Amino acid sequence: MLSPESETDLAEAVRAAKGPLAIRGGGTRRHAPEGCDPLETRGLSGIRLYEPGALTMVAGAGTPLAEIEAMLEAEGQRLAFEPMDHRGLLDTEGVPTIGGVVAGNVSGPRRIQVGACRDFMLGVRFVDGTGAVVKNGGRVMKNVTGYDLVKLMTGSHGTLGVLSEVAFKVLPATEMTGVLLLEGLDDDGAVKALGAALGSPFEVTGAAHLQKGTDGAPVTMIRLEGFEKSVAYRAGKLQELLSAFGDFTVETDPERTTAGWRYIRDVVPFHNREGDVWRFSVKPSDAPVIGARLGAAELIYDWGGGLIWALSERGADLRAAAAPFEGHATLVRAGAETRARLPVFQPEPAPLAAISARLRTRFDPRGILNPGLMG
Amino acid sequence: MDMPAPDPAILARKAEIVERLSALLPSDAVIHDPTETRAYECDALTAYRCPPLAVVLPGSTEEVSKVLAACHAMGVPVVPRGSGTSLAGGALPTADSVILGVARLAEVLETDYENRFIRVQTGRTNLSVTGAVEEDGFFYAPDPSSQLACAIAGNIAMNSGGAHCLKYGVTTNNLLGVTMVLMDGTVVEMGGAHLDAAGLDLLGVVCGSEGQLGVVTEATLRILRKPEGARPVLMGFDSSEVAGACVSDIIKAGVLPVAIEFMDRPCIRACEDFAHAGYPDVEALLIVEVEGSEAEIDAQLGMIMEIARRHDPAELRESGSAEESAAIWKGRKSAFGAMGQINDYICLDGTIPVSELPRVLTGIGEMSRKYGLGVANVFHAGDGNMHPLILFDANAPGDLEKAEALGADILTLCVEVGGCLTGEHGVGVEKRDLMGTQYAPADMEAQMRVKDVFDPRWLLNPLKVFPLEASASRRAGLQDAA
Repeated sequence: MLSPESETDLAEAVRAAKGPLAIRGGGTRRHAPEGCDPLETRGLSGIRLYEPGALTMVAGAGTPLAEIEAMLEAEGQRLAFEPMDHRGLLDTEGVPTIGGVVAGNVSGPRRIQVGACRDFMLGVRFVDGTGAVVKNGGRVMKNVTGYDLVKLMTGSHGTLGVLSEVAFKVLPATEMTGVLLLEGLDDDGAVKALGAALGSPFEVTGAAHLQKGTDGAPVTMIRLEGFEKSVAYRAGKLQELLSAFGDFTVETDPERTTAGWRYIRDVVPFHNREGDVWRFSVKPSDAPVIGARLGAAELIYDWGGGLIWALSERGADLRAAAAPFEGHATLVRAGAETRARLPVFQPEPAPLAAISARLRTRFDPRGILNPGLMG
Repeated sequence: MDMPAPDPAILARKAEIVERLSALLPSDAVIHDPTETRAYECDALTAYRCPPLAVVLPGSTEEVSKVLAACHAMGVPVVPRGSGTSLAGGALPTADSVILGVARLAEVLETDYENRFIRVQTGRTNLSVTGAVEEDGFFYAPDPSSQLACAIAGNIAMNSGGAHCLKYGVTTNNLLGVTMVLMDGTVVEMGGAHLDAAGLDLLGVVCGSEGQLGVVTEATLRILRKPEGARPVLMGFDSSEVAGACVSDIIKAGVLPVAIEFMDRPCIRACEDFAHAGYPDVEALLIVEVEGSEAEIDAQLGMIMEIARRHDPAELRESGSAEESAAIWKGRKSAFGAMGQINDYICLDGTIPVSELPRVLTGIGEMSRKYGLGVANVFHAGDGNMHPLILFDANAPGDLEKAEALGADILTLCVEVGGCLTGEHGVGVEKRDLMGTQYAPADMEAQMRVKDVFDPRWLLNPLKVFPLEASASRRAGLQDAA
């Protein structure tokens, strides 16, 4: 286990590596593949800069997410992209880190309105596969100086370089949350209702549908956030707009609304249940048709239908079941046998796959950073 | 700013190159007569001009592919061009290059309100994208000042911003997918109506790559429902520091306006003379705009004005009508035009951490006096994107060079305080030679590797973004790229 304490150590460790490395943040998403030397970023921890008036934070990649969230909360701010916690779904332990979140471009329900993790990233420092330290972007909101490697690194799962430091934008937390709830819609009706809500001017920050809510009945959830009067006003307007779908109730209890969206964010309904878990990103209006093709035990729709979580029997190839479809599917939870047989990430069309492969070769000529993880 | 001498071998083959391109396109889509290619000799960075070898105006992705494949085979550099509004010289040709203009690719291909996107050809102008959906209550959010003229292709190349990106983000945050042609003619599709990348975020690195990785011919763009209303408030302060502190307090209070614009006294006076917007004669002026229903706007502006009052404003004027809103914006929107009336100017585009605003404004004032050239400041204060306008006389010998040197000093200051060289205009040729102030050689090497992968022979817009000495071995084909 390599555990560098500084960026210089990290660069030295990568340069000196004799074989493949398994890059690890808090270890909440997966275990090191066989034959790889684990390299963890825990030692690259600490909040380096926080300017609430500029909505900006800079932190070491190994900084625990909880530390960041606590510091933001003290100033009434938050990570608006709402990263999920994978521990319950994947039955792992460990401490989620900001570097892990960035490496996976992990975004939650609010992604539909404010954007993904990648949309909040302002700058990165990383060590590439040759051991060179590279910085890109910075800590300011608008920056088009040179190529945007910040986006390229976000979601690259450690295959282009090991993140050492990240700079990102934060947003004010909101005064209150209101959730419109409606029971009994089928998938098609729910996606239509969510689409209508998202197409309104009322700034919906969450749009999800559970085939089985906590009481077993389907429930459709629409989130509004903001100042109290504004939430009340928009809740009223949306109820009018969506009246054809049924009578919504409005939940405003802070604990219940927070728990409700955690339930979606962390895919709680699939915790401790037998089967594989797939995640589909699709055109929202296609979601009910694709969902029906999957033959899954249970589905959760988020992002107005644009994100489908599917719980399926072990080993089933849901990507093949969905085909042809526009979008991509990721095998999030499965046994080793299934992962050996089915690619975790959606195979790309040949020209894109070739570009991605050449990028990996250029950034990691020895092929030592999480080899084989992305293709 | 230097450009290398054109390749004499390419100049000598002009007739052959034109003939080959003419065989691929309709006859009116290849321009090679020197009197006509002159129209393409520069973009909005008019200080630098050079007519290209030829200009092609393909009308489809297929034609773009044929042209690029042919130029690739002939080893001829290609400079992509949107509407030619780049302030950084992103579309500046060389005598041995072919300009590929996307102006004839201007169709709307698909409008999908249910999924909230529009798919367009990229020669379409920014404003006409909103124009295609606004009757149905939607809009495309990024709004660069040049939006009447600038093309989506250029917006994608430069990752353009605008006044409202504090809330809505810049181009990269609103771009869902592209059809792009690589230099060898390969057509690739990235993204689409779904969110996020299946693998590496190639779309993320293409956006803002200044036409060096491929020619984007079609784009899927996120459209949003128009808010119910918007209203600005105007604030005047006796010092820039206080105005800056007010901005910071507004943001900290948890209100997120859609725009916070800042103007200093020289700029206010010029705008007032030009547009008669009724601006107060103060040291610093802020325009803060919020959106929502009437009641929501009242609530947000109430909080914002409460914060402003704590900073003892010399003027505090909330719009009471659409006419008053227009008047508040009138001066700001005419700022560049107003400055152009009284002077030649260079428009800078650095970004700084908002907290460094007082220090940077003081520094700019000192440099302005040292160089003996006036500087007017107008910028997007919420996100720290500054547009200092350096005033000079283009007819006075040496004035342009002096203005450029002052500009370089100001941008270097932006980098020193933790900011960057360009917030939304791009590097182009204008800031190419300053890249070393922000990035170490290893940082630029990492970026150039990306170009190696997309364009191994460095034929696409090769003289932009990277300092010439940094890219020399690659352009000469001496480095085994990819």
